[in-house]
Amino acid sequence: MQIDKFNPLDNKMFQVMNEKGEIVDADNMPDVTDEDILTLYKTMRKSRVIDTIALSLQRQGRMLTYAPNLGQEAAQAGSAYALRKTDWGVPAFRELGMWLIKGWPVEKILKYWYGSEWGSHFGEDLRLLPVSVPIASHFQHAVGIGMATRLRNEDDVVMAYTGDGGTSQGDFHEALNFAAVYKTPTVFVVQNNQFAISVPRAKQTASETLAIKAVAYGMPGILVDGNDIFAMLAVSRAAVEYARENGPVLIEAFTYRMGAHTTSDDPTKYRTDEDVEPWKDKDPILRLEKYMIEKKLLKEDEIEPMIEAFEKEVMDAYRSIEHSSDTEVEEIFAYHYEEMTPQLQDQLDEYRAFLEGAEANDK
Amino acid sequence: MTNKLNNVQAVQQALQNEMALDPTVVVYGEDVGYEGGVFRATVGLQQEFGEGRSFDTPLAESAIVGTAVGMAINGMKPVVEMQFMGFIYPAVNQIVSHVSRYRNRTRGERPMPIVIRAPYGGGIRALEHHSESTEAMFAHIPGLKVVIPSTPYDTKGLLIAAIRDPDPVLFLEPKRIYRAFKQEVPEEAYALPIGKAKILQEGSDVTVVTWGSLVPDVQKAVAAMEDISVEVIDLRTISPMDRETIVASVEKTGRILIVHEAAKSFGAGAEIIAVVNEKAFLSLEAPPMRLTGFDTIFPLARGEKHYLPTPERIQAKIRELADY
Repeated sequence: MQIDKFNPLDNKMFQVMNEKGEIVDADNMPDVTDEDILTLYKTMRKSRVIDTIALSLQRQGRMLTYAPNLGQEAAQAGSAYALRKTDWGVPAFRELGMWLIKGWPVEKILKYWYGSEWGSHFGEDLRLLPVSVPIASHFQHAVGIGMATRLRNEDDVVMAYTGDGGTSQGDFHEALNFAAVYKTPTVFVVQNNQFAISVPRAKQTASETLAIKAVAYGMPGILVDGNDIFAMLAVSRAAVEYARENGPVLIEAFTYRMGAHTTSDDPTKYRTDEDVEPWKDKDPILRLEKYMIEKKLLKEDEIEPMIEAFEKEVMDAYRSIEHSSDTEVEEIFAYHYEEMTPQLQDQLDEYRAFLEGAEANDK
Repeated sequence: MTNKLNNVQAVQQALQNEMALDPTVVVYGEDVGYEGGVFRATVGLQQEFGEGRSFDTPLAESAIVGTAVGMAINGMKPVVEMQFMGFIYPAVNQIVSHVSRYRNRTRGERPMPIVIRAPYGGGIRALEHHSESTEAMFAHIPGLKVVIPSTPYDTKGLLIAAIRDPDPVLFLEPKRIYRAFKQEVPEEAYALPIGKAKILQEGSDVTVVTWGSLVPDVQKAVAAMEDISVEVIDLRTISPMDRETIVASVEKTGRILIVHEAAKSFGAGAEIIAVVNEKAFLSLEAPPMRLTGFDTIFPLARGEKHYLPTPERIQAKIRELADY
């Protein structure tokens, strides 16, 4: 497919595979091997296992606030799978599928959510930015990375993520505007999961879709079924290719946040079971599962053992961090400047002296 | 070889030197490229280094700083301009939430070698939002450095140091004295240490700490006072502050006056006094004093003469302190 042939003003949603797992647009089926499909399926399954375990640990008081991805696995994994190793991933905070594809180790993901900055210490070769909590602010970082890429005549692409709420931010506008002016190699993925905490999509913008916002910026925009892994991959590959050669693209991945905003949120306060019910049939994992079983790429009795293996892997990773030591005092001070300022050194020394005194008193 | 430069020419030459030495240095902002900046601080850079390294941006301060974060992550050293300090506020989210935090949150993996330049301060009969001095707001942010030079020599040396610094620096340029005087400055690149104040004049009765465009006013005031021996310190870096130089001076004089243009309450002067109280309390012979802007909105042109400390008011305050 050619991304710039899609007209977002038509308000049509791009889909390749329907809810029954049937290919409805064979022409646009992405070129994938059986191995690709299995990788995507496993990534989505693993994502859901991590979410399920993190939620359960949080309820047991063994995990801090956590933002689950349930229902959005295809939007995340399908988009990121279009990237090559040297391309960049620039997340908001609900991009687990992308993180797994890019290679953020499960142990470090859990470490970050469990309150350690070391979780965001990736190794500089990993072209992934850490979680960005201030909504849409990181879109500008994605554009800046691309500006530097263009300046050096390199051709790496940057894929940046936000949600429907993020499109209301001024930074969203500024980033898309800069990207189009400088023709940066940026793919902006909006995971339209219908809610920004409790506020529904209709209250974020009067725009008919989010994809049509691309028109005014002067870049291609496309509305895609975010729960269709093949549609996400086809569109993302076309967008990445276009961005590499030409300039930015806006993708609206139409999906649904099946869970809470975070573990601190109770969605029953602002939506009903009837609202959520129809989306259960659109589940991105079950949809791919139906396709794979039909195509004999997966047997039903292979699913449970796969989930159990992931559960073991994730729990092993969690246990390795659960009892690891807390952040050292020195580490809190050490990374503000390359060289610690005298002010910081004094504060550290004073606190350390207090701790040592308290320890001596205990003896 | 030296050349005679004013403050804004010193900014331009620092940028020119560093762009020639380091291909990763890029300079951008509103009107920065083709025109060379509304104050001509970047004049000639685009012509010399090309549109890739010195360019105009759309009118959006948040994205100017936000893209600098991305540039820094991807191996560049961006020097971005906020056209006036009064326009920096849309970029504050980027500065506070990302620029100053990235090194820490990635445990040193992604430092932010960014310089944010902004002309600041009043006294040029400007329109609204063109006269503010809010350095204390930024000095309060962990992970950021705040530098304010007052002479061409310091401007060039400190700006080069800021560009070479692996950490982000907010570089505030006192625009009232952009063209007030010239000074012999080396033509080649040199760096002065960030975090070091400069003793402009030694004295034994009173210490005066000041910075930015009030430095010449303090010097003028002190030059006319023969009966009181005043030590004048140009702070040059607001954060991290050079406490040693201030404390050593107060240990000698026992009296300190801070003169700054920013509003009084919660200003940088308050921090200096706190440091003096912590480190030189027993040397004090009089309460530390401040002569500053008022806790008011900066008045429009026809009222600004009342806001800025003048040499006459500086003299009066020094006498009040010496006579205490």
